[in-house]
Amino acid sequence: MEFLSYLISGISLGSVYAIIALGYTMVYGIAKMLNFAHGDVIMVGGYISFCAISYLGLPGWLALILAMAVCTVLGIVIEGLAYKPLRSAPSLAVLITAIGVSYFLQNTALLIWKAAPKVYPSLIPTTNAQGESNALQLFNGQLSISYISLLTMASCIVIMIALTLFTSKTKMGKAMRACSEDKGAAQLMGINVNATISTTFAIGSALAAIAGVLLCSSYPTLQPTTGSMPGIKAFTAAVFGGIGSIPGAFLGGLLLGIIEAMAKAYISTNLANTIVFAVLIVVLLVKPAGLLGKYVPEKV
Amino acid sequence: MASILRVDDINVYYGSIHAIKGISFEVNEGEIVTLIGANGAGKSTTLNTISGLLHSRTGSVTFMGETLGKVPCHKIVSKGLALVPEGRRVFLQMTVQENLEMGAYTQSSKAIDQDLEHVYELFPRLKERMKQVAGTLSGGEQQMLAMGRALMSHPKLLMLDEPSMGLAPILVEQIFEIIQNLHKAGTTILLVEQNAAAALSVADRGYVLETGKIVTSGTGKELLASPAIKKAYLGG
Repeated sequence: MEFLSYLISGISLGSVYAIIALGYTMVYGIAKMLNFAHGDVIMVGGYISFCAISYLGLPGWLALILAMAVCTVLGIVIEGLAYKPLRSAPSLAVLITAIGVSYFLQNTALLIWKAAPKVYPSLIPTTNAQGESNALQLFNGQLSISYISLLTMASCIVIMIALTLFTSKTKMGKAMRACSEDKGAAQLMGINVNATISTTFAIGSALAAIAGVLLCSSYPTLQPTTGSMPGIKAFTAAVFGGIGSIPGAFLGGLLLGIIEAMAKAYISTNLANTIVFAVLIVVLLVKPAGLLGKYVPEKV
Repeated sequence: MASILRVDDINVYYGSIHAIKGISFEVNEGEIVTLIGANGAGKSTTLNTISGLLHSRTGSVTFMGETLGKVPCHKIVSKGLALVPEGRRVFLQMTVQENLEMGAYTQSSKAIDQDLEHVYELFPRLKERMKQVAGTLSGGEQQMLAMGRALMSHPKLLMLDEPSMGLAPILVEQIFEIIQNLHKAGTTILLVEQNAAAALSVADRGYVLETGKIVTSGTGKELLASPAIKKAYLGG
């Protein structure tokens, strides 16, 4: 029973990683850049929803939508101001810019919201107004799964399915895949590559906002650096699963969450991150493209 | 005959390298015009400039009376100008059908089914493989797919960049047959080729490029018969 409960907390944590990783992987797939500021967009999403709930008194779902809207705009603005001028620059320049944007966002948050951590009002608090626990009780109460965990897992699955359908069925989604393969050829088809990249950033940032709200609902300490560690973990998850691949990001996120939870439970809390990254290194040694990443041979 | 494309004294640079040095030529409606020349003569650069992937520093490209100048590449397709790029550049991870759908990106979605049927009629091989990922096609099939994809946009002028590159002789023959059929069906064609003999034999007119300049021009027959051309491009 203990094992099951660790497993579920791992899946729940992994679902957050997966949602963030989906954003990373989509942006990488289409813009071929690692957007290291992605984690900080999560933090911004967290703060926006925090303000909406605590200061404006809005209900949780409305706060989530507001956070998504703000992050979507933020994503488009970051892309347009910081990355678009570097479209033909070497990838190292873009990478360094992304790190710069990350620090910029963190320090702006520090200026606005100060360094002291805020206590995030969870979307679904652990107990309801009557003092009953907001959790699903299984096996006569031996296993309890909080509603927020259930919501997190469900959101992750819904998002993953929606993205898969979007990229395989819609015209815009297919255009994204075309851009990810060959921008020049995509332009020759009449696809506006710049607009497509902007859209990708918009989607990725909206996902980051969702991840921010879910993350803070489960781990209610919100500070300007809240997004960095989950951001790096999610990046790891995306590489783990095969960067550029949507199912890969999903799988990588879940596995990473489970490994982390298990390592914390059975080995050592302090070593958990070490173990997570050690597993990543081993996977990359054996399968350099990640679990679901693939090399496509080119015909000449 | 009305001129459909007019290239007027264009100069194209890659950084400080002067790749195209004042090229002018025109393509009339209903013609097959070919640009031939050795590697690095500037043939592909010329086509890429017309399609908007590159921009010329000076000079102008006029298509159906409209100066293309700074029109971005993705807006040029919908004007009726399609390029089948060098090396085919089909989307390898997408299916044959999806590749064709991308070709119709600028078209209204209603007509797509009919256009797909038309392309599948031209290239029955593609129909057999419509659900297959393009990366699994042979080189010749990929070339057919690239051509079919370009046709999905209903081009008034179809530009083909080295369609015979890397193909077995029998496939080269097939590709040229298809080009002639498209021409008979009314498509104007601008063809870039290293295979000068094949290109000149189907072309109404041809231009010979050498290091970024046009050195000779004439009808296909004239160029085929010219001793200098024979010596330089047709193997004696």
